[in-house]
Amino acid sequence: MITFVQSLQLWFAPGRLREEGETPDYRFSLANERTFLAWLRTALALIGGGFAVDQFLPDLRWGVRVGLALALLVAGVLCALRAVNHWVRCERAMRRGEDLPASRFPALLGALVAVVALAMVVIVVFGWEG
Amino acid sequence: MAQAVPRDPGLQPERTRLAWRRTTLACTVATALGVRAVLHDGASAADAVMCALCLLLWLGVLAVAHRRMTALSTARPRPLGPRVAVAAALGTTALAVCAMGMLFT
Repeated sequence: MITFVQSLQLWFAPGRLREEGETPDYRFSLANERTFLAWLRTALALIGGGFAVDQFLPDLRWGVRVGLALALLVAGVLCALRAVNHWVRCERAMRRGEDLPASRFPALLGALVAVVALAMVVIVVFGWEG
Repeated sequence: MAQAVPRDPGLQPERTRLAWRRTTLACTVATALGVRAVLHDGASAADAVMCALCLLLWLGVLAVAHRRMTALSTARPRPLGPRVAVAAALGTTALAVCAMGMLFT
């Protein structure tokens, strides 16, 4: 079990990651890299959504608009940071021949996006304008 | 330039290179939205700084992605280094922080 602090140290120490175990088939590393990039794009999409809520819903009450935008932006930040962390942990597990780490992050992110989407539906249907 | 190593039939390096390209496109869209915010709301000095920061971050992510894509154009590329991954993720995070700054200015 890797603690968050230990994997945080790996973020900035490329040598230490390579000292672990054996180098896996380069195709597995590339697949891990693509998964990382897919999460990064998810983060960028959430950030783009945050920009969009702020710009394209000017009639909303200020608090509601900023709240929704902040929820999307914070989700984007968490998604980006978690992407690196998960990539490091997967890379390390592959080098050591361990099982890939399980994560509850996808479920949490899905729940948050669902809540934001429901809030948007409520706001659009009931015309919650400022 | 004939490659001594046989080509991967799964096209893994090419797929990874295209994944980086898609990521730069996603970054371009987010940056364009940020720049649009400044242009439409009328630019104060703080907004102009945020806009410039967004563009700088975008260039940074493009540069990181370009280096990695160049490294991927061999038959057996080296695995991604942690610093490249951290740089790309921190660029994305900084873009979100710029967006938060724009919310309150």
